[in-house]
Amino acid sequence: MGTGRLYTAVALGGFRRYATYRTATAAGVFTNTVFGLILAYIMTALWDEKPHLGGYDQAQALSYVWLSQALLMVVATMGGGFEDELLERIRTGDIAIDLYRPADLQLWWLAQDAGRALFHLLGRGVVPLAFGALCFELALPTDPLTWLAFLVAVALGVLVSFSIRYLVALSAFWLLDGAGTAQMSMIAGVFCSGMLLPLNVFPGVLGEVVRALPWSSLIQAPVDVLLGTADPLGTYAFQAAWAVGLLALGRLLQSAATRRVVVQGG
Amino acid sequence: MDSSTDGPVDGPADGRSRTAVDPWARQRTYTRLSDGLRAYRMIAAMWIRSTMAYRASFAMTTFGNFAATGLDFVAILLMYSQIDRLGGYSLPEVAFLYGVSATAFGLTDLALGSMDRLGRRVRDGTLDTLLVRPVPVLAQVAADRFALRRLGRITQGLLVFGYAVTALDITWTPLKLLLVPLMVLSGAAIFSAVFVAGAAFQFVAQDASEVQNSFTYGGSTLLQYPPTVFAKDLVRGVTFVLPLAFVNWLPALYVLGRPYPLDLPAWVAFAPPLVAAGCCVLAGAAWRAGLRSYRSTGS
Repeated sequence: MGTGRLYTAVALGGFRRYATYRTATAAGVFTNTVFGLILAYIMTALWDEKPHLGGYDQAQALSYVWLSQALLMVVATMGGGFEDELLERIRTGDIAIDLYRPADLQLWWLAQDAGRALFHLLGRGVVPLAFGALCFELALPTDPLTWLAFLVAVALGVLVSFSIRYLVALSAFWLLDGAGTAQMSMIAGVFCSGMLLPLNVFPGVLGEVVRALPWSSLIQAPVDVLLGTADPLGTYAFQAAWAVGLLALGRLLQSAATRRVVVQGG
Repeated sequence: MDSSTDGPVDGPADGRSRTAVDPWARQRTYTRLSDGLRAYRMIAAMWIRSTMAYRASFAMTTFGNFAATGLDFVAILLMYSQIDRLGGYSLPEVAFLYGVSATAFGLTDLALGSMDRLGRRVRDGTLDTLLVRPVPVLAQVAADRFALRRLGRITQGLLVFGYAVTALDITWTPLKLLLVPLMVLSGAAIFSAVFVAGAAFQFVAQDASEVQNSFTYGGSTLLQYPPTVFAKDLVRGVTFVLPLAFVNWLPALYVLGRPYPLDLPAWVAFAPPLVAAGCCVLAGAAWRAGLRSYRSTGS
């Protein structure tokens, strides 16, 4: 089996795995819609008070809310994708089996995560966004090229998200129990991705810092590309730089970890 | 285990259905309740001992819990760094609503936070283990993985509440003072009813625990903001259909001296205990119906 075909098969497996749970997907769509509704009213009140806050008008702010609900699971803002399983495999020692496989560890999990992200884009992204567009006045573009540019930014966001979560999982090689790292990563993800509040609303230096951190690639960056408030090429360069840097760091730690791995038991 | 076959006569479902005609029914209901509470205490104590084996980990996860829930309030602070009022409410007023909602929800989360695992138990069949034990199933499910780290959420809610009370200029009357503990406890009871009803729903819909999240976590998020922010129909829904408005909105607006939404009469501020009792009765009925409809996963 060629390398390309192997990873395509792994990605398809990731897609199918999440597609199996139809009731869970429907329940998730419901939750995203309820939260979108609550946040939409809060943002409306906020923008009523201060129009053009953060450079968005009200329709753009509402679009931000529904797009962030649509992307929440795609870019795994709160974690909970492949890394839980990888953490567990490192903790139990099953990782030794993975290291014997004739496949690259990082690429293997990346392929699986790509499949997961694609499923969540279709399964949990489309419906909440459509509901939001029906019930609220959104500022969504009609130009298919803008949507294409948005999808590229989403893909890069998934890549950055993956590279962060891969580092979280690798931390288990040193800490044995990765629960603490996963929790910290979740907190940083929710706060710094723009899930709670658009990052351009964050005041002063705090705003500049969160916008420069990798998590802004997850939600703020793709949404800004779609709303036309950010230059796509500049955004891609920012996201790609973080992705390359964090993936390289992951490789480095991975080789350091596998050299010192001690498998317990007979 | 299929409850339609001749199971053990003393099984939980059979015991309950007989109480209706039994002259000792009241006595037995009381015993079941105290049995349940005793079992809950013992299982919870076991989980506390188990987490206390790793004290550093406990300290870190408690802090993590505190920080994760505190982010909601940080978001509110960030909003108020840009504005003075949201929906006509000042920051201390929103902090008051937030503090009550977060504390009430924190109490429920501490007591029943594991209820959303019920769907998984139904799916993988481990619920059967709980059915054969001579202890009420609800107590076992609720106390399962009892996590003291959830005190982090309560602490955070109380801190925000403390800030609100010091920053606000409330003219305290005995009635208002009485209303504060009353609304926190009734609020916790209303949220508990939602948790239990959600768990009952999972007997039917197995892997739909996220639906429960939208009412529990979504509900507590909604209540952290003033009712003036939301559409009338949404406010009507959480007042008359799923009475979350009684957790904090109505009693808190009385304490704050603010007009109620939907032109409700003044006395509704004192209705939370009644509403909570009604919700708990309905949730209990839903739970029993759910448990009766339970069919195991098969071979």
